[in-house]
This record gives sequence, structure tokens and C-alpha cells, in this order.
Amino acid sequence: MSEQVREQDIRFVQGNEACALAAMYAGLDFYAGYPITPSTEIAEILAERLPAMGKKFIQMEDEIASMCAIIGASLTGHKVMTATSGPGFSLMQEALGYAIMAEIPCVIVNVQRGGPSTGNPTHVSQGDVNQARWGTHGDHAIVALSASNHQDVFRMTVEAFNIAETYRTPVILLFDEVVGHLREKLVMPKPGEIPLVERLHTSVREGVNYHPYLPREDGRLPMSDFGDVHRYNVTGLFHDMWGFPTDKPELVEELMRHLIRKIDYAAVSLTYHKAFYLDDARTILISYGSSARSALALVERMRQRGQRIGLLELQTIWPFPNQLVRQYTEHAEVIGVVEMNMGQLVQAVRLAVKKPQRVYLINRIDNRLITDKDIRQTLRAIQGKGV
Amino acid sequence: MENSTHQIVFTGSGGQGLITAAIILGEAAVIHEGLEAVQSQSYGAAARGGATRADVIISTEKINIPKINQAGVLLCLTQEAYTRFGMLIRPGGLFITDTRFVKAVQKLDAIHIELDLYNKVVEEIGKPVVFNIAILGALLGIYPVVKKDSVVKALEHRFPPALRADNLKALELGLTTGNLYHSWRF
Repeated sequence: MSEQVREQDIRFVQGNEACALAAMYAGLDFYAGYPITPSTEIAEILAERLPAMGKKFIQMEDEIASMCAIIGASLTGHKVMTATSGPGFSLMQEALGYAIMAEIPCVIVNVQRGGPSTGNPTHVSQGDVNQARWGTHGDHAIVALSASNHQDVFRMTVEAFNIAETYRTPVILLFDEVVGHLREKLVMPKPGEIPLVERLHTSVREGVNYHPYLPREDGRLPMSDFGDVHRYNVTGLFHDMWGFPTDKPELVEELMRHLIRKIDYAAVSLTYHKAFYLDDARTILISYGSSARSALALVERMRQRGQRIGLLELQTIWPFPNQLVRQYTEHAEVIGVVEMNMGQLVQAVRLAVKKPQRVYLINRIDNRLITDKDIRQTLRAIQGKGV
Repeated sequence: MENSTHQIVFTGSGGQGLITAAIILGEAAVIHEGLEAVQSQSYGAAARGGATRADVIISTEKINIPKINQAGVLLCLTQEAYTRFGMLIRPGGLFITDTRFVKAVQKLDAIHIELDLYNKVVEEIGKPVVFNIAILGALLGIYPVVKKDSVVKALEHRFPPALRADNLKALELGLTTGNLYHSWRF
């Protein structure tokens, strides 16, 4: 082992532990949740470590309460997170909409399992991609990130906190059972190695009027810790710059546009992805989460045989990186979207690319990890080579 | 070790500590030898008391696919696990069982080593709970995929001082037993 390796803090952990470690690295100081397979280890680890650091862990009565608790705690100035899986994520949807409307930074982890309903708790699926996008009602923008290995789980978790603070928005971490439960190497980033975004506090002093929803010139909304020196209103209703409910058409329209634009205009800087062998690829696989591992295994194997195949791994799922996908797939003859559902992200890919007739779904829906062989078999069928 | 990737599957019954053994093996490889490894296990209501399975892949290369379809090394430590997972063995692979738990009833295309380790653990240490570490020791004696020192370090990190001595004793006992087969080629 080299000296450099020796100095590293190397762990052998589950993806769920990598997520919990990253949340603490990012400054998590309030967690509320209701344990559910396959996300339970996140709660288990934080239940032990947060109180030991003088921070808060609360096991709530259900996921509705968990989501509401982190919203309240965030308003008082804390970095907050909750973690769940499919059925719990369904319960969180209403309060998730509240956090979008009231612009409250928070991180929601959904370690996906088989669904709908209680589905298949101990096995893998990627069936919540569209729920993450449209699970809560009303027009809205959302940020959802994903990862296929533990180093990326760590990185994306920290970025989720950073994005939540920067844009005052909920951020969803869309992991899956395979990544959550798998143990593999994690090199712990040193303090300061990944930049952290801290809460933007208002400079308005005590006794001076504070407008919680009056943007600065750069569009950001400085916050004042709820219950501290300023009194203000927070509501899920359309509201004015004071936070009080309003139904004035111009204010309703302005707020709706603001909520969508703050994410849409930032879409490029919110895009995280990894490109493997895309420069000359004629067959391009697009994938995310654990299915991207299998896609990469196939790409590396077929490259050794001289085939022009590549992988675009999307770590930002929403807002969908339309521009990126369009650019990379411009010269592709076959675009295969590899996911473990009946075809969710493939719909967004079809809307993004120039030639949607070249986009195919390569899936597996029996709640087992899709393999490189599965992908190859479907590719051969697509290319008319027989199976 | 000639291959750079090793696929090892531990099977047995919930409570035997095989998942722990698999994790310790992975920790030894990743933390103490700078190798790549992934470990996964069967989850579900069927896991407790029923047949359980823990997969470990150790490699010098990055590992993309974490699940094992064909095991280079398969350990079966209950009859049920033997029946259910026996077919996982790669043709010509290394197949390890313990006579206390498994009676071989089929001919598998593999090198089959039948250990009498459980009885030794009971006789010499008197604590069946460390059988999992003895099995890990035997595996390393037969198939030295990581160094003994790395496993010792992983054990010392995982177990509080009060439990260390018996576990280290079990590791030694397993290694001694496994070393008898060390001259075999796999």
C-alpha cells in the first residue's frame, strides 16, 4: 500500500451509511424520520451519532410527521434531513409541496424498493422516478439526485444539502436498495474537501421589518431563524413578500413563475453526470443508480471488443438535463435507457433527444438487479441480431 | 492468487454469523490491503432462521456488478443452504462444508472440502458463537485471498477487548485446519 493510501480514511460501508456520514459532513443537525426498509440504516446510524454530537434525532409517528418536523426545524435555522422508502415517500408528498411553496431547505432520501404500495421491501426497483418529479400536486419544480456507488452517494448527499440551502428548496436523493445495502469502499473526504453552502441569513437587524419572501438582487431569499428576532408568517397558500396569504392574480402568477424559474434557470449548474466512452459512441446507454453499474460493466466489456458503445450516467434526474442529453446523443444510432421500472426516465429522454424513434427502454421489473447480460440481450434484439 | 477477482459466497442459517464473517473479510481487503471489495446479503423475512447468503467479491479492479451468479468459492453451513445454494458453485470451484451440518448427497463439479471445524471449536474453545470466525480462518487457510494480519486488524477493530481473545483463537484454529489443504491448487 502506498503512503498516500495509508493516509486516507478508508471505510467499508453500506450506501446508507455513506449517506448518513455525508449528511453529517454537510452539517446535518436535525433528523426526523420513521424507519423503513431499505433505508433503515440511515436512521439507525443517525440515531446513535447525532445525539452524541449534541444534535437532534427524533423518531416520529409516521412519515407525514417526519416531513413536517424537518420543515419546522429547517425554519429555525437547522440543516435537516429525513429518509424513507416508497410507501413513506408517498406519505411525505403533501408536506413536500408545502416545503416547495414556503421555500424551505430540506433533504429527503428515498431508497427505492419494489412498489406500488408496500410492494417488495427488501428488493430493488427504480419505480419512484416520476413520483419524485410529480408526486406532490400543483405546478412545481423539483431537484432529485441519484448515485451508483458510495463515493458518489457521499458527494451527491453533500450536494443535496448545498442545493437545498442555495435555492431554498427541498432536494430528493433517489437511491435504490442495491446501492443502499451494498457494502463497498468509501474514502472519507477530508473536512473542507467538498465545499459546503451554509444558511444565508438576513442582515436585517432586530426591530427592523424583515420580508421573508422579498428576493435580493441575485434572486436569493435570506432567511431569519423562526422564533428568533423577527416575526413573520409561513404558509402553504400563495403569499406576498411578508409571507401572508394572497389571491391577487399578479402575485399568484409571480410566485408560481419564481418557484419554477429558480430551478429551471439553474438547471445547467444543477446537472451532475458521468460520461463513459461517449466521444465516438454509436450506441449510447443512459442510466442512473445501481442499473448504471451494470450498464458500465457491459460498456467496458464491449469496448474491449472494439464496439462503439458508451454510457451517460445521470446523477441529476430532475430537473432533467435536456441539453446535456441532446448534445451527447446527437450522433447515436441507438439510445438505450437502462432502468428498473416499466419506463419512467425513458419518457424524459424521448422528449429531450432529436430522434425519439431511436430511444429504447432496457428494463428489468422483477425487483432483481438488472445485469450486463440482460442489457446485452435487449440490445441485440434492438439491433436485430437475435437473442 | 492467480485471478484478480474472487467471488466468494457464504451460505448457512440466520444467526450463524456468516454475514459478519463476510463483512470482516471485506473490511480486511478494503481497509487493510487497499483492494476493492463489495459485500451484499440476502434480506427478507425468510432470512431469519432460514437459508441466508452473503456474497463477497474481492478484486484488484473496480467492481461494477455486485451480485454473484457463479461462486468461485462457496461455503455451505447448513443442509438447507447446501440444497438451496449448492448449484451456485462454478464448475471446478472450491466448495467448503462442515460435517456437523452438511451431509453431501450430490456430486458437484467442484473441489469439495469437508471440514470438521464446528466440533473442534466446541472442544477447543467451547463457544459455538465464534464458529463463523473459525470458518473465515479456514477459508483463508485454504484460499488465502487476504492476509491473516489484515483479518486480525479487522477483528480487533470490530470486537471489544472482552470478545477478542476467543475470536482470535477461533481464527487461528480455522487457519490451522485450513492450512492442511493449502498445498492444493485452486
